Amino acid sequence: MLAVENLAFGFPGRTVGRDVSFALEAGEVMCVLGPNGGGKTTLFRTLLGLLEPHGGSIQLDSSSLRTLSRAEIARRAGYVPQGHTGYFAFTVREFVLMGRTAHLGIFSAPGKKDLAVADRALESLGIAQLADQPVTEISGGERQLALVARALAQEPKLLVLDEPTASLDFGNQVRVLAKLASLAASGIAILFSSHDPDHAFLCARRALLLAEGRVLEIGAPREVIRADTLERMYRVSVQVLPLPGGAHTCLPAIRP
Amino acid sequence: MSLLGLTVLAFAVGRYPVSISEIFSVLFGQQVSPNVETVVLQVRGPRVLAALIVGAALAAAGTAYQGMFRNPLVSPDILGVSTGAALGAVLGIFLSLNVILIQLFAFAGGLAAVGLVYFIGSRLRGHDPLLALVLTGVVIGTLLGSAIALLKYLADPYNQLPAITYWLLGSLAAITPRELGAAAPLALLGLAPMLLLRWRMNLLALPDDEARALGVDTRKLRTLVVAAATLMTAAAVAVSGIIGWVGLLIPHAARLLVGPDFGRLLPLAMLLGAAFLLAVDTLCRTIATIEVPPGVLTALIGTPFFLWLFALARRSW
Repeated sequence: MLAVENLAFGFPGRTVGRDVSFALEAGEVMCVLGPNGGGKTTLFRTLLGLLEPHGGSIQLDSSSLRTLSRAEIARRAGYVPQGHTGYFAFTVREFVLMGRTAHLGIFSAPGKKDLAVADRALESLGIAQLADQPVTEISGGERQLALVARALAQEPKLLVLDEPTASLDFGNQVRVLAKLASLAASGIAILFSSHDPDHAFLCARRALLLAEGRVLEIGAPREVIRADTLERMYRVSVQVLPLPGGAHTCLPAIRP
Repeated sequence: MSLLGLTVLAFAVGRYPVSISEIFSVLFGQQVSPNVETVVLQVRGPRVLAALIVGAALAAAGTAYQGMFRNPLVSPDILGVSTGAALGAVLGIFLSLNVILIQLFAFAGGLAAVGLVYFIGSRLRGHDPLLALVLTGVVIGTLLGSAIALLKYLADPYNQLPAITYWLLGSLAAITPRELGAAAPLALLGLAPMLLLRWRMNLLALPDDEARALGVDTRKLRTLVVAAATLMTAAAVAVSGIIGWVGLLIPHAARLLVGPDFGRLLPLAMLLGAAFLLAVDTLCRTIATIEVPPGVLTALIGTPFFLWLFALARRSW
């Protein structure tokens, strides 16, 4: 679904990262971990064609990203940015309907079919009851779910989520991760970033550790999320503990 | 409906009162006294139509810009169209040109100012494209403003300066059917893309990255909207002079009533803009024995209204 080779990325005139290579298959969940300023968001924006690559190649759904139009990219890849609040007071339904843009002609408005897709997306995230509320007057967590619903309304094959759990309470974090797992089970490839290594243990098949713009490790969470890699990335001491039943968890230690 | 009523009322009141039945007689081609026919068709007709068109055009352009710049405090002047038009008109007056040429200068000045701002603003890479555009607009606007000040200083204080001041205050008093015939098609030409793109315009209200990730070529769409709004505003300002507040206030009022969806917002804002300017202009020519410039009255009514809205405003617009 997504194949990245020797990618160098960054802003115009400033390269942030280089030598990034990985492939993501349909139905696979990959979690990108890394410190603040490590290049996660910049990498995601480049993968979606929002920033020009500084080198290397990106294949999306077997086509070179370079050759795809904005609408063609949007029909293949949905983007859930880090939530923010500067929106006009569209209702949640209007907001989610914007996900249908790439499926519409330039002069058309969404029709019945689009409305049905949007409502299905709202329902699948359990926020159908918010449909008629202004997107500015729901909680940060609800807005995050609305952003996911909007990306689902694009009917993408790849979903890229930038810290989808960042503003959520504990329960909603788990619900969003469960949703990602079930979306992957339906065949969508999922790439998401998180600040909590446990999230990779919970729902990702692979984890990509990104520090200072380079891939530190990539592989099964159990193999790459270790005390030494976490300490190298975050500069704190951590224990990675096996739990009964085969799960793992990360426990930071504070040295007085 | 109330707009229709207001229109009929605007035809009726004034220095030469006309009864409502007489208005309809004229409009439907029946025989009436020549005085009445002149007042309705030659004097008030163009003026009423101009108020409707200018009001609707300014409101539509303001609505588009407020959505596009994601800022409810933006007016159609933000990219310098009014200042450019003012400089064009002032230059025309300074060179003692005739009225047609002055209006042509105003129209061209408006287009040129926005063209310049857009040319420079879109070349300032590495910044938020909207911020670059707005800042360029402000800077160029200030520059044009000082050029206007210079021309005012140099102008003949007895003949030219009053004409300049009068133009800068805005007026619909001297509008002829021919000017209206030139401005109306241009305003309509600007309106057409906005109406056609009315759903897609909503996405410009999202952060740039999000709109692009949803499949919109924001640069192209934004260029088109700026061109359409500029054409409308320049056509309106060229015949009316500077009329403030309509493009800022009316979109607000409309958004309070129907929310931010551009498909519903645009028609309502145009109706409200047309009604507001017609009401203001009708007051202008009836409340005193001399004409009050509409630029004065819109501000007089607009300022308290705007402050009131602003005091009520929550963050969610």
